[in-house]
Amino acid sequence: MIVGLFNYWIVIVLMMAGLYIVMSSGHLVKKIIGLNVFQTSVFIFFISMGAVDGGTAPILKDGFTVFSNPLPHVLILTAIVVGVATTALGLAISVRVFEAYGTVEEDEILAIDRDNREREISVSTVVTESSQNERDQ
Amino acid sequence: MLVATVFAIVKLDHLMTAVMLMGFFSLLSSCIFMILDAVDVAFTEAAVGAGASTIFILAALAIVGRKSKKKRREKTILPLIIVTCTGALLLYATLDMPYFGTPDAPVHTHVAPRYLLESGEEVGPPNIVTSVLASYRGYDTFGEAGVVFTAFIGVLLLLGAGTRKSGLEREAPPNVKVESMRQKIVLREVADLLIAPVLVFALYVQWHGDFGPGGGFQAGVIFASAIILYALIYGIVPAQKILPPRKLAYFPGIGLLLYALVGVIAMFKGGNFLAYGALMADPHDGQHYGILAIELGIGITVAAVMINIFFSLSERSL
Repeated sequence: MIVGLFNYWIVIVLMMAGLYIVMSSGHLVKKIIGLNVFQTSVFIFFISMGAVDGGTAPILKDGFTVFSNPLPHVLILTAIVVGVATTALGLAISVRVFEAYGTVEEDEILAIDRDNREREISVSTVVTESSQNERDQ
Repeated sequence: MLVATVFAIVKLDHLMTAVMLMGFFSLLSSCIFMILDAVDVAFTEAAVGAGASTIFILAALAIVGRKSKKKRREKTILPLIIVTCTGALLLYATLDMPYFGTPDAPVHTHVAPRYLLESGEEVGPPNIVTSVLASYRGYDTFGEAGVVFTAFIGVLLLLGAGTRKSGLEREAPPNVKVESMRQKIVLREVADLLIAPVLVFALYVQWHGDFGPGGGFQAGVIFASAIILYALIYGIVPAQKILPPRKLAYFPGIGLLLYALVGVIAMFKGGNFLAYGALMADPHDGQHYGILAIELGIGITVAAVMINIFFSLSERSL
């Protein structure tokens, strides 16, 4: 049993490590790294499911009859490329966040947001004229 | 080893090292794919995970800074509990899974036998992965090329390639590194040696995808990595002179349209959308040329998207 399920267990450990990075780290780029780790472990999971004892790579050639399952390979192949595209999108968003806030630490961003909201509330209670100025700035 | 690498990433606050380890992690997992007979996947993972995505993250780090802050205490305990619980549940679920390598597992009994037994007759290419990717699941692949294209549009909207506006005024950026790369003789010579073969290899992977491992996705990424290597050594400006981002931005669309066009032509010839058999008098020829054409479309899209994203990310740090 240990040998039979060993691959899956490793995958779960890796996946949970990735999830842990995503949840515990406040740095947006590090979160993306965690997502990548998570993603790669899912890939390993799929590929392990597709493997067959004594099989070979699914390329037809005389003399080979047992192949591993090509379907997971196809799915993962495309998923990897889609994965890098989404990673790039995430990075682009965090770069923009950095340009807007000057930081990519989650708690600092939240603090800045809170400050802004409080300032807006205090401003709206004062005369409209000053809130106009605020917005101009 | 994989596990050790990942725990190192968890612990590290220095992001540069963490990214390097992530690249290493990808390389290791691509070795695992190789062992598990998934040659195409290993190919892609090595090119994408260890190459492209590492470079992207490094480029982003150059902008946002490389240190991550020490975590506070309450932020580590709660995730740890959640992660342990989820992990335990998943472990419990694996007890029902078929053992690794069992030939009669449910995965292997649904559509896979047909792919394995008939694809040589129905589609033609010896590489079954290619025939499944391009022919049986042509819709899916079209959708995925579309996702890559959409992500590219997103990055373009967020960062804008070749239309750099000064976002946040910052002090002199550390682009000294990029410039001084040119002076590093060893790096430059090795890069000079590598770039041309890598480009040729990308074309080989592109056109040989139906016989050996390879295809549009891999070729696109390999091609892009050669360009990225050039940009890293000689600086981004000469690279952009060769491939102006404004023109390059058309190519993802061209690739996707080529893909769609093949499908539409097949429709006009009396088949279904993306049924290549209808393209030519002999269904086998039709399949062959259809697959080559859509692989080319995928290759163009992926390569152009990768290069564009690299340009947009690294322009920001200049």
